[in-house]
Amino acid sequence: MLLLCGTAQMADLIDILVVGAGPAGGNAALAAARHGKHVVLLDEQVKPGGQIWRAKDSSILSAPQTPESSAGDALRAQITKAQIDHRGSTRIWQIERQTEGWDVHVLRDGQVERLTTKTLVLATGAHEFVQPIPGWTKPGVFGLAGATALFKQNLSPPGQRTIVSGTGPLVFFVASEICRLGGTVAAVVTPNTRRDWVAKLPALARRVDLALRGALWIVHLMMDRIPIFWGCSVVSVEGVARVESAEIQKLDANWAPKGETWSIDADSLCLGHGLIPSIEAPQLSGVTISYRSDLGGWVPDIGEDGATSVEGVFLCGDGTGIRGAAAAELHGTLAGLSAAEHLGARTAKERATLRSRFNRAARFGLAMTALSTPRPGLAMLTKPDTIVCRCESLTQTRIAQEVEVGAASTNAVKSGLRAGMGPCGGKYCQTAIARFIAMHENRPEAEIPPSAPRPPLRPVPVSALSADFDYDDLPIPKPAPL
Amino acid sequence: MTARYDIAVIGGGIMGCATALRMAEGGMRATVLDQGDLGQGASGVNAGTLSLQIKRVKLMPYALKGHHEWKAMGDAVGFRKTGGYTLAFTERESELLHERQTLKAEAGAPIEFVSNNHIRNAEPNLTQKVISASYCPEDGYANSSLTGQYYRGRLRDQGIPYRERCPVTAIAQDGAGFALDTPQGEITASRILMATGAWLKPTAAMLDVDLPVNARINTVSVTERLKPLTSTVIGHATGLLTMKQKTNGTVLIGGGWQGRGTPQEGRGQVTAGSLQPNLALAQFALPALENARIIRSWTGFEANVPDFYPLVGALPGVEGAFVLGCVRGGYTIGPYISKLMGDFILDREPELPLFDPGRNFKED
Repeated sequence: MLLLCGTAQMADLIDILVVGAGPAGGNAALAAARHGKHVVLLDEQVKPGGQIWRAKDSSILSAPQTPESSAGDALRAQITKAQIDHRGSTRIWQIERQTEGWDVHVLRDGQVERLTTKTLVLATGAHEFVQPIPGWTKPGVFGLAGATALFKQNLSPPGQRTIVSGTGPLVFFVASEICRLGGTVAAVVTPNTRRDWVAKLPALARRVDLALRGALWIVHLMMDRIPIFWGCSVVSVEGVARVESAEIQKLDANWAPKGETWSIDADSLCLGHGLIPSIEAPQLSGVTISYRSDLGGWVPDIGEDGATSVEGVFLCGDGTGIRGAAAAELHGTLAGLSAAEHLGARTAKERATLRSRFNRAARFGLAMTALSTPRPGLAMLTKPDTIVCRCESLTQTRIAQEVEVGAASTNAVKSGLRAGMGPCGGKYCQTAIARFIAMHENRPEAEIPPSAPRPPLRPVPVSALSADFDYDDLPIPKPAPL
Repeated sequence: MTARYDIAVIGGGIMGCATALRMAEGGMRATVLDQGDLGQGASGVNAGTLSLQIKRVKLMPYALKGHHEWKAMGDAVGFRKTGGYTLAFTERESELLHERQTLKAEAGAPIEFVSNNHIRNAEPNLTQKVISASYCPEDGYANSSLTGQYYRGRLRDQGIPYRERCPVTAIAQDGAGFALDTPQGEITASRILMATGAWLKPTAAMLDVDLPVNARINTVSVTERLKPLTSTVIGHATGLLTMKQKTNGTVLIGGGWQGRGTPQEGRGQVTAGSLQPNLALAQFALPALENARIIRSWTGFEANVPDFYPLVGALPGVEGAFVLGCVRGGYTIGPYISKLMGDFILDREPELPLFDPGRNFKED
């Protein structure tokens, strides 16, 4: 059977394979390489930088620098200089423990390949949570984080006149970017109140630089006389073929909609309610998970400096809890050093000096996460006929019916309705469904884990998996008993 | 503590649930306990093939009855009777196919051999490399993902209490029956039925009975939605491939390729080394799959004992304890053989013979 699976020839044994080339993974690779380890750095994008420090498309290289593009350029330059074996446009689809080390199966240029490594550093980042609202699947609606990818890659605003609605600092960043790129922001709408922000001042003071930058976004928006609706949310999207306007409503302290609504015209809407750690790769490698609302939801169980209970697996960055880019850089360095230590390098002193900086940055990041994480009332924005699972076009009513007849887990809802069996793999619906079950059954979210991840982590063409097949090599088994 | 049940069924798959339903019909107060959700073990993750062509000769009468059960469940379980072809691509496979399918036809399965022209007309997208094929009009499939939903509904309709996320951690015998430790409290019952599939060995071990149960770790994969490519259930003479396109356009691919892991560790794992040749064989049989993407692959545990016949009857040495499992082709046969199990516990004469779990196992 082994004859058949080897598209890769005898693979080189890598010391440290880093998955994800954002602030966490990029710095993990750099730290490990400084200790002389043979490091390979994989990422889905062409160039390192991750979502937050995404490289600009070549058509817009002359565009002015932002703090994100500068940080990304610095990371990219360091990775080039350190001669790290960076492989872009590479997606991992399966991780398998072997007697010694790990096989990581990847898809690159339409071909599958097997990489073999002694240790793994997984820095898989986060994805966005959007609480489904009526009309959110109309063309012209973007995720908040999704919109930032658009800006960074090709410098285009999402439309002519955009409403930006969501939680935490990202809503202000997105609005100020749209202004900078020449778009018009019709309104900024955020469930957070000014008082929520004031309450976070002590944590903001941990990173005055970052706090000031955020404050400037808000100042600029106010100077541009863009209305900011605090303690409010967009509650529905109107329009025949695409976004034409959005309804806005005041929220109560629990973020449930309350009172009158009003409408604002716009041709586009950016909507987002915080980030969720992407934990599927750690789960496939055997790391257990726990629910931590302060970290953004379900997170892999990690110890100091990114170590896990699975030997040879280290985790870092937002994939272990949403602490933000500043913390992710330091966490990545710590995890890279831990992995190097595991392979014999002496890194304890270096890690000890970094830990307090990481903790400071993490406290700042976690304050932002606390502002970004939805409060339970936000689930009321989803109405009975709102689509919750986009891949299978399932409404909240359909999911509610299933839960009412006893489907009391995300897995049971998935099996019964296919919610989470589509191409997105449940990325967009599982959190909303888990929260719905929790609310409906009056159980804590911590009792309703996401359904078990299944490979491939990303869809893989059959043709790639079946390359190199020779029918005559088919191992004919002993016939089944008659 | 709840009132004593007439019987506690450990394991909420097809066999546990269907037996509970039969016993409740017969007047027993039954309850069903599952360590996870109902129907999420082998019952819910197998490829859903309902094919007489891959059933054992001696089990054919049970499989024929099983097909009737699935047909009766109908749309609620995604049942489709499509007919099915088993393909041979080499002379050796062709010989194997003729020898085996002839015996199965003699055992009562309406299997016939078809010409190459016939198969090209019926399934024009299959490879032209087929050299011989058998056909069974009774074959088809059901949607195993719906097992949990279906039986949960049936149990609720019949007022049979069930508990999910309720693993049994210890079994004690008291004067009047059994006391089961669970995280949801102690449950007492006059009798117990073990229907825990690949977990039968540790379940029976709680009563110091050693059942020689092993588990195969079968891999199943599904593609994204595709335009109509095939309308029947496709198999391979070696058993290394099962394939069917569902009404939603996805193609489900199995064939018993082995993943790894053990029931005790939880779910099994897909290995690239098994997955790749499995999919390569699928693409060989149905070349249009080269343009498809695989969305998901997973494994399920198929339990068996050394003679590959079922365990259906009394647990040896323990009065009032019963065991049901290790049915080769358990998805197809499960709903029927559960009725036999229920009848036996109800002290009725089963329609067909059971398979004594206390027999002397010898390698087949």
